[in-house]
Amino acid sequence: MATAPAAAMAEKESAEDGRVAEIEKRIREAFEVFDRESNKTVDARDIGCIVRSLGCFPSEAELRELLAKLVQEEEDEEATRFIHMEKFLPVMTKVLLDRSYWPIREDVLLHAFEALDENKCGYITKEDLVKYLTEEGEPFTEEEMEEMLSIALDPETDTLHYRDYLSKLVVDETKIFPFHV
Amino acid sequence: MGCNRSVPDRRSERVIKAAILIQKWYRATMARIEMRRRYSLSIFRSIEYADEQDQLQLSKFFSFMLDHYTNLDSVSPISTSPTDPQVVGECLHITEFEEKIDVPDSYYGPRLSFPLTVGDANALIHAFRNKQRLHPHYVLQLLCETRRVLKLMPNITHLSTSYSKDITICGDLHGNLDDLLLIFYKNGVPSEQNRYVFNGDYVDRGKNSLEILIILFAFFLIYPNNISLNRGNHEDYLMNLRYGFTKEVSSKYKEHSTQILYLLQDVFSWLPLATIIDNKVLILHGGISDTTNLDFLKALERNKLKSLLRPPKSAGGRHDQKEGISTTGLSKHTANQHDAGKTQHDSSLSSTEPSGSNLPAGPTQEEWKQILDVLWSDPRSQNGCKPNKSRGAGCYFGPDVTAKIFQRYNLKILIRSHEFKREGYDISHGGKVITIFSASNYYEEGSNRGAYVKLDPELIPRFVQFQSSKHTRSLNILERVGTIESSALKSLQELIYAHRSELISAFAQYDLNGTGCISVPDWAAAMESVLKLELPWRMLRPRLAQMNPDGQVDFMSCFYDLKMDQPIKEAQPALVETLCRYRKDLEIIFNIINKDNSGLISLEEFSQTWRLFTSHVGIDVQDDSLDKLVLSIDHNKDGHIDFNEFLEAFHFVHRVEEKENS
Repeated sequence: MATAPAAAMAEKESAEDGRVAEIEKRIREAFEVFDRESNKTVDARDIGCIVRSLGCFPSEAELRELLAKLVQEEEDEEATRFIHMEKFLPVMTKVLLDRSYWPIREDVLLHAFEALDENKCGYITKEDLVKYLTEEGEPFTEEEMEEMLSIALDPETDTLHYRDYLSKLVVDETKIFPFHV
Repeated sequence: MGCNRSVPDRRSERVIKAAILIQKWYRATMARIEMRRRYSLSIFRSIEYADEQDQLQLSKFFSFMLDHYTNLDSVSPISTSPTDPQVVGECLHITEFEEKIDVPDSYYGPRLSFPLTVGDANALIHAFRNKQRLHPHYVLQLLCETRRVLKLMPNITHLSTSYSKDITICGDLHGNLDDLLLIFYKNGVPSEQNRYVFNGDYVDRGKNSLEILIILFAFFLIYPNNISLNRGNHEDYLMNLRYGFTKEVSSKYKEHSTQILYLLQDVFSWLPLATIIDNKVLILHGGISDTTNLDFLKALERNKLKSLLRPPKSAGGRHDQKEGISTTGLSKHTANQHDAGKTQHDSSLSSTEPSGSNLPAGPTQEEWKQILDVLWSDPRSQNGCKPNKSRGAGCYFGPDVTAKIFQRYNLKILIRSHEFKREGYDISHGGKVITIFSASNYYEEGSNRGAYVKLDPELIPRFVQFQSSKHTRSLNILERVGTIESSALKSLQELIYAHRSELISAFAQYDLNGTGCISVPDWAAAMESVLKLELPWRMLRPRLAQMNPDGQVDFMSCFYDLKMDQPIKEAQPALVETLCRYRKDLEIIFNIINKDNSGLISLEEFSQTWRLFTSHVGIDVQDDSLDKLVLSIDHNKDGHIDFNEFLEAFHFVHRVEEKENS
């Protein structure tokens, strides 16, 4: 019968539409939390937070690229400070469908910490941590560094036991706020 | 140049990659924590605004009851006309209290002597810091004297910066005494050189509203030209009934609370509406509308409006109460308002208030609207002036409205309060509008900072932020957000539980196969339609309900975390939920009926009131189910129930807490 594959196709398409609709809904929700005046705009500086809370892990450079896409045609400087939902939605939907900036797996993260742990002793000293994270890669600001230390550092030894830290921050936190709803 | 060098290079490359990865991950984690903080604040705010809307609907019911329900032959002092003679009537001189209320020798609190001095003010601060209570004798004296001086003040106070260095403006305090003391600590107490403007909302929600008022009134009496106390929308006895101030006074001053509250009604109505500095800076609590007229506001009799939630009676004219207070939006009670409105219109001609020419005329519609706008409006970035649908009173005013008013009155800055701000302050309308909010930790420990603003003689604003803290060790961000979030979720869960029956039937409509599971979008749609809160339901889902392995929501799991404190077997669940949801409101209503403050109410009164209430708010409850319930509560079968005890039964408990406490 000719109709069966067509019906299957139609079902698959509508399932796909449903999936896209759900993704769009999630994006709207995250956006609206930052939309303080309920007028469908958010401050451009909040875009990073919105993107990340939707389960993405972009680097700072990748975020800048994304932002550039969002303010592409705006000439008015005022306009570039606020991002409108209508512009954000299609861009972000594509990000989620393409799986760009996909989450970092716990084991990959563990390897990263181990790479900083020269002597493989299971911890990193405060000095080393500060040095690596404020001098290499996409450096932390002083505030970011302080904040991380306040959660991560064992105050008695001034060291970061990264396995414990990961279990506290990654495992517990993901239970609370999973990446994919 | 050799093998040695490639190893460090490879290592440093690895280190850089590792650093980038950790930074990426950390920033994402922090962003998600920020999101959790933000949605927690969203939850708090949505519930608060929805609650305020309910309150406005309820105040219509109060008015309706008070005007129309003639079966109640006498009502408690709180509800009668403000000109009804009482112990604290207009003519009572301050010294008469000395005869009426004795201060025993055993009282070690502050003893005030009028005229007040700085010593008295300091004694009060010291006493309240040590959680002492001011004797009612002095409270009443203070309030009486405050009223006397306030009456001499115009509706709009004018201040000038030419004498002092700076003027400090503070926003909402909402009973947070710690914040007031912190402000005085950082900025000094009020004096001739240290002038203050307080911008309303001193009371409700926090635990020390009365202490704040006493301290501020004391300073006002000492320096009446150097401290200005604007009225806020919470300086209103109907608001106080709902939001905690009335309860605070009643529990602190059992015997004399009625007199104190009665006098406060009057005092509040005499608080000035606005302050203007150097004819350039306008300071008022809420905001403005496109019809705000400062000359009109200057001229009206401000004390005629005891509560802004009681629309003025239009003598035989068209029923236009709806102009000021919005009846659309998220209100659930639209159907019955029209009925209530009609009867109110009819009853305006046959008022239960005593008639006579010695009664002052009530406020006009225009007066009511002008003051309502000034005390309830919020600025928005969109142009225009629209009804404020989230609060149900006042307007949203845009930059064009601000610009016009500024042009008309030659103003430079508008300083207002009324809205929660995470940093304690906010600037909008291109720098023309400043919001100042001085109640730190407003929703929960760590939710926000408070701030005050200092204006120098050039009228340049400078902001000072603060945050009072219970913890000696400061929490890290994970702990802070965790606290705020769990508090917000608890409130939301209580709301969910109070709508259990409605939610279950909404869920069931999507659950065609009766599996107990529905899709996430369906669950979200049901939640939003029943609770009428615009919240990020999909994001909140993991915190509110469990998912089965197929990715569907087990909707009954929404209700696992809570239970009734004491299970009530006699009543159907829907009735129990209704009582839970309206517990606070019923408490207020019963207190109004309860003439002799005995805490007892007859079964007859209870039933009548309940019927009126449910029909007004549009709840459908079977007649006999309530009777059965009430009879079961009337333990000694004497025809009376202790309504406080009764209402106590309608109380949720979080199961997790129970486990922790056992």
